[in-house]
Amino acid sequence: MHRIDCPWCGTRDEAEFQYQGDATVVRPDPDASEEAFFRYVYLRENPKGWHTEWWHHVGGCRQWVKVVRNTLTHEIFATGRAQEDLPLPGTRAKPRRRTRPKQ
Amino acid sequence: MHYSALSVFLQGLRGHKGWQRMWRAPQPKAEYDVIIIGGGGHGLATAYYLAKEHGITNVAVIEKGWIGSGNVGRNTTIFRSNYMFPANTHFYEKGMKLWERLEQDFNFNAMVSQRGVINLFHSDPQRDAFARRGNAMRLAGVDAEFLSPAQLKEMVPILDFENARFPIQGGLIQKRGGTIRHDAVAWGYARGADSRGVDILQNCEVKDILIEGGAVVGVETSKGQIRARKVGMAVAGHTTQIAKMAGIELPVESHVLQAFVSEGIKPLLDTVVTFGAGHFYISQSDKGGLVFGGDLDGYNSYAQRGNLPMMEHVMAGGMAIMPAIGRVRLLRHWGGIMDMSFDGSPFICKTGVDGLYLNGGWCYGGFKATPASGWCYAHTIAKDAPHRLNEKFTIERFREGRMIDEKGVGPNPWIQ
Ligand SMILES: Cc1cc2nc3c(=O)[nH]c(=O)nc-3n(C[C@H](O)[C@H](O)[C@H](O)COP(=O)(O)OP(=O)(O)OC[C@H]3O[C@@H](n4cnc5c(N)ncnc54)[C@H](O)[C@@H]3O)c2cc1C
Ligand SMILES: [Zn+2]
Repeated sequence: MHRIDCPWCGTRDEAEFQYQGDATVVRPDPDASEEAFFRYVYLRENPKGWHTEWWHHVGGCRQWVKVVRNTLTHEIFATGRAQEDLPLPGTRAKPRRRTRPKQ
Repeated sequence: MHYSALSVFLQGLRGHKGWQRMWRAPQPKAEYDVIIIGGGGHGLATAYYLAKEHGITNVAVIEKGWIGSGNVGRNTTIFRSNYMFPANTHFYEKGMKLWERLEQDFNFNAMVSQRGVINLFHSDPQRDAFARRGNAMRLAGVDAEFLSPAQLKEMVPILDFENARFPIQGGLIQKRGGTIRHDAVAWGYARGADSRGVDILQNCEVKDILIEGGAVVGVETSKGQIRARKVGMAVAGHTTQIAKMAGIELPVESHVLQAFVSEGIKPLLDTVVTFGAGHFYISQSDKGGLVFGGDLDGYNSYAQRGNLPMMEHVMAGGMAIMPAIGRVRLLRHWGGIMDMSFDGSPFICKTGVDGLYLNGGWCYGGFKATPASGWCYAHTIAKDAPHRLNEKFTIERFREGRMIDEKGVGPNPWIQ
């Protein structure tokens, strides 16, 4: 059972949340290329290890919580608000952003 | 060694001491004509059909664990061909036809049991949708029959027809569908491939794909470099990991799906039943255990185990249609990693790298596809061109807007 620390409500069971996918994808500008939109909609990093992702607290405050979780061990390293940049464990760098092609 | 009633009888006379190993444990050769990465159902079937249909026998299947340790040995063993989109209907029907002759073909008892697959419906719109699906199937030459509640009551009396929230209004049955002994599928294909000269290399992990001048030349493994001009990927849940080695990005995410088996009980269910208002499917194994499953856990995962909230959800689905099972105890459960594609349909295709082929994106329904997948993939690799049956299962379909989205849920694999 994942126990997710919602920044607004505190630590709650996974059952209160709805998963919403990879939080590193960023919607391209409206006039970006078709290629940029293709990547945004369909391509994902799918890492085996640390993954920055969205969990929607539907059964609580209804905020979208950003979570750094390990896809192999299900360990949760950090949670935060949507605007926060959560570092991955062992790095001081920002969570990996997917490289986007030049537009 | 050919298996038959006579061979069992003769071995019986000799105290069963003369049975041979079903496949060898060879050392890797320096080079093969074709390397298949992944010794699951699809990889082994591909090697079998490469040897049998195309005479290509200098083939290695490279498996990081033991064959059958992946999803081919973890699924709930249901096979059917009740799809609606033409690309899927014809492909899965090819699989159905191969299943029907498979045991004679590879001389192995896979316990193929055409006990029928019933999809229940619970509302008027769902009845219409199922009628449409059944008609689409029949137009394509696939069997489908509509069942009234009275017919259903006769076939599956333990269903809760009067459930207040999800009353059962009928069902759509595919009588040729059913269940198969999943491990035996891996073993039968492995034995058939091995006896034709294919090397099955177990406990050998592929670490890198070697590419020179835009063409594949081999793989780097935990047992050293092995060369080949043609390499086929067939690693199910690890599809993106392997594809990344060749610089290929895919619309695929890895998700965990659980399966459950109860203690053995007396015969209760002689067909496969699926719940139409939730996601729950159940059959009873020949040992008496109820074998069932439901939705994905619903978050990216490479762990071969799931979590309790989904267990509870699956059990609730079971209780909604079969309250009688409420006091049966759960014996075992486990998880497997699904390569969820962004439209719910698979890939059997060439890639941007010469000589490198892709088989993946099977989501949670790839067991039933095993023979058709191996057959089409072998064709694609042997001829360096897809067969008509798999020509739509490309990577490019997403870029071209030709998704095969049978379920129509959009690019969110966790809710497929
Ligand atoms: C719980 C559960 C229930 C299911 N129920 C059904 C069902 O009822 N009906 C149905 O049709 N389908 C079902 N499926 C789906 C089906 O099992 C899969 O789609 C299918 O088995 C995938 O193909 P495969 O057999 O080749 O995969 P696998 O058996 O997983 O084979 C892939 C192999 O690749 C190997 N591998 C990975 N990486 C490497 C590497 N780097 N080097 C070497 N080898 C590697 C793995 O070890 C593995 O053995 C279910 C799946 C699960 C988990
Ligand atoms: Zn909250």
